[in-house]
Amino acid sequence: MSSIRTKIATKSIWVFHISCGSCNNCDIEILDCFTPRFDIERFGIQLTGSVRHADVLLITGAMNKKAVPRMKKVYEQAPKPCLVVATGQCALSQHMFRFSYNVDQPLDKILPVDLYIPGCPPRPEAIIDGIVKLTEKIKKGKPR
Amino acid sequence: MSHKVIVPIGPYHPLQEEPEFFQLYVEGEKVVDIDIVIGYNHRGIEKLSETRHYDQVAFLVERICGICSSSHPYAFVLAVENLFGGEANIVPERALYIRTIIDELQRIHSHLLWLGLAGHFIGYNTIWMWAWKYREPVLDCFEMVTGNRNNYAMFKVGGVRRDLKDEDIPILKKAMDELNPLIEMLRGAISDDPIIKMRLKGAGTLTKDQAIDWCVVGPTARASGVNIDIRRDEPYGAFLLNTVDWNVVLEKDGDIYAKTMVRILEMQDSINIIKQCLNKIPKGEIDANVKDIPVGEGIGRVEAPRGECFHYIKSDGTNRPVRHKIRSPSYMNVASDKVAAVGGTISDATLTLAAVDPCYCCTERVAVIKKSDNKKIMNGWDLVKLCQEKTDKIKAEMLNE
Amino acid sequence: MDMRDRIKEGLGDKIKEWQDHSARRIYFSVDKKDIYRVVDFLFKELGLRFSTATCVDTPQGLEMLYHFSFDKSGELYSVRVLIEDKNNPEIDSIAKQFRGAEWIEREIWEMFGLNFKGHPDLRKLLLADDWPEGDFPLRRKNEP
Repeated sequence: MSSIRTKIATKSIWVFHISCGSCNNCDIEILDCFTPRFDIERFGIQLTGSVRHADVLLITGAMNKKAVPRMKKVYEQAPKPCLVVATGQCALSQHMFRFSYNVDQPLDKILPVDLYIPGCPPRPEAIIDGIVKLTEKIKKGKPR
Repeated sequence: MSHKVIVPIGPYHPLQEEPEFFQLYVEGEKVVDIDIVIGYNHRGIEKLSETRHYDQVAFLVERICGICSSSHPYAFVLAVENLFGGEANIVPERALYIRTIIDELQRIHSHLLWLGLAGHFIGYNTIWMWAWKYREPVLDCFEMVTGNRNNYAMFKVGGVRRDLKDEDIPILKKAMDELNPLIEMLRGAISDDPIIKMRLKGAGTLTKDQAIDWCVVGPTARASGVNIDIRRDEPYGAFLLNTVDWNVVLEKDGDIYAKTMVRILEMQDSINIIKQCLNKIPKGEIDANVKDIPVGEGIGRVEAPRGECFHYIKSDGTNRPVRHKIRSPSYMNVASDKVAAVGGTISDATLTLAAVDPCYCCTERVAVIKKSDNKKIMNGWDLVKLCQEKTDKIKAEMLNE
Repeated sequence: MDMRDRIKEGLGDKIKEWQDHSARRIYFSVDKKDIYRVVDFLFKELGLRFSTATCVDTPQGLEMLYHFSFDKSGELYSVRVLIEDKNNPEIDSIAKQFRGAEWIEREIWEMFGLNFKGHPDLRKLLLADDWPEGDFPLRRKNEP
């Protein structure tokens, strides 16, 4: 974990967002964090277009069966160590879609999750709070 | 020498937040074919509806799409109210006004969202930041009235769940008054800027005949001259009462510029509608206290920001639907990309695909392009850059003139 | 002439049953062999807009509802067709008449197994490619 600690302590975090069968609310709230009112960039957090530069993966969605294989591929391409943040109720527990014929297992049974941000959708303040808490945890060297 | 090149866009493009996969077949700079693959957001909501009672279905359908979060529950409750003969038969007048206020506020926030994304694609990030900044007061209005920025949980069969407090009305009016000049400024920025005009005019055109053949709806249809709007054709909410003065916005060119102007003018009209509703809203009940749902079939339609949202309900008298069919507007609109994007250049492709305002969650549009022997692959990020570079080129040409 | 009268006159005895359900909602049933001609008349000659098509799994068979909108008056005309053979259900595709029906028929095919004869591109739309053959999610399996 020491290299990611160094990354977070010394440079800005690049986040990459993946939607795995979401209604898009969480995705819009994530993008909202980068707009003037919330301005997550003042914490040094930036959105990247390429997973190969990602330090943190923000994953939303109820784990749609068609999207899960692609999500796994994207996770494999992310440089390790990479932190996974489950954003929104669907990523936490699949929410009201849990018994649908087209959803897979919950996210934390597919990938190792470092942070859960509940909410439907979580407010931008909650997302910023969550990511800042995560970085504090990493800086202090606490395990997953 | 021309060679076919496959250019995949997606599935994880950073700004098209939903996963979609468009595959463009390109010869040189021109798009010759496109294949669209969807299904990455399909969560089996129609089947889940059959296992929930009617009150719960309203919460379920709200999460079909986060942006048109009030259109789906509205269309659903209209479908159930159709079993009683229609909204006018059972819903109290005050509830009709509240429904329309929520619906039109949603239209404003959705169009501002789209405007921001479009601004980013053409390389005007300031428009993106401004549009999303001005969207925040609208979300504040939602929070004040409904308790949440998104997912309002306002609609129920027979009325609305929460009342509009008297002290909220002047705050909403003030918010609308403050929003008006800002949208007018955005309208001026788009229509008076020769570079934006040059960039958007003539690109991604959908002719009127194509619009009818593909059965498109909403601003996509109205930009091509197809005069349809459910608020006028089959009035619902406050429009039923004939107390609101408003206009259907129609353009005829069918290009991206027309689609942009339709959305901006609709926003201004929505502000006007909301102010009228706030002035005319009567005192009274907000809920008809419906207990049992009769046997039968019902269909409900509303004009979502993207077009006609269609829900069909079949009831057998129990507390759960037998069949719930959902057809969201983007279902028809995104399919029309097959003709709108073809014939254009790859630098216009991202903008054309985004111009129908695809709400992928509604339809799960995902485009997949058949793999063949491709010579060059660009990802979505590169395509957006191309899109932005074309604007810079036009800017440079105009400044040199 | 009222649109109802124009339809009744134009389709004549193809209409088996007519139901004025409620304000602006009209349902009428036709035989499945006539669907091509009926849709042709409604779309091309009367200029109605195709809204969508619904399929319902009933004990009597698969019931198709084609919804056409007469936008000038806001009326919705739903054409009801019953396909009694649930083991090999099929009906003529209307996607040849206008392209807006292509995706709608593909979705009904993968959800209900209803074969649309003559569809230009009948393949899965929403479900994953490895979805088991013969498994139609919206068909009622062990339910009445």
